[in-house]
Amino acid sequence: MTSFDPVSAALGGLLIGAGALLLMLFSGRIAGISGIFADALEPRQTGRTWRMAFIVGLIAAPLLVAATGRAVPAPDMPAWAVVIAGGLLVGFGTRLGSGCTSGHGVCGIARLSPRSLAATVTFMATAAVVVAVSRHVLGGQ
Amino acid sequence: MGMIVAALGSGLVFGLGLVISGMTQPSKVLGFLDVFGHWDPTLAIVMAGALVVVAPGFAILGRRDTSILGVPLEWPGRRTIDRSLIGGAVLFGIGWGLVGLCPGPALANLAGLSPKVFGFVVAMAIGARAQDALRRVRGSQPQSA
Repeated sequence: MTSFDPVSAALGGLLIGAGALLLMLFSGRIAGISGIFADALEPRQTGRTWRMAFIVGLIAAPLLVAATGRAVPAPDMPAWAVVIAGGLLVGFGTRLGSGCTSGHGVCGIARLSPRSLAATVTFMATAAVVVAVSRHVLGGQ
Repeated sequence: MGMIVAALGSGLVFGLGLVISGMTQPSKVLGFLDVFGHWDPTLAIVMAGALVVVAPGFAILGRRDTSILGVPLEWPGRRTIDRSLIGGAVLFGIGWGLVGLCPGPALANLAGLSPKVFGFVVAMAIGARAQDALRRVRGSQPQSA
């Protein structure tokens, strides 16, 4: 069980919001990370370079935090089969549903988009059911 | 060049938020999703913090036509809640609930050089490419909307 740190949560949330706002302010783009990632992989897509730069920024963030001496814990990952199934579902589902936690959950809800609100309620409720089943019905974790 | 620097900086700030809030840690995310267990409200506070910045920020930016770098502001325009949106959100929700990683934290976690994180991101890329290919096949049929 992880400890709850509301100050870090709020500060982190403000920074996530600032990152999304900066991208629109300077680049005119929604910070929807599933879309940025998929379009960065698409050879026919224009604007792949800025998308890759955004991803490099994301990857640099834990390194910068670690360089300040703050501990960055290694992510606790499930078994390989679950990792691969989860990755395939996240990739496929976010493309089909046009967004993920950043694009729908933050940017879309901030704009009061009914689509993003519906998507966010759906993926959160679905994920909660999956966790309830895996932890409390199957007792997997 | 400006677009690249701006995107790099935006990604860095966004990523710092993910790391500092604990959202790169799957157990924190799963703790939030575990509503029948020892519930961890972190993700709700993170989202609220982000919305406090983005909601007024986007409302102000909505009056502009172009960004500081002079490119048009691209706001999503679709309004309809359709089967693709909901079906995609269900599939994404299953994957998110299984692992506790969504695309942003997965990419930020590449820095840790964990083989399983690489595996997750490669699978995510394959899933996204598969959906794009499927959409192109369906899109070539005349009746698709």
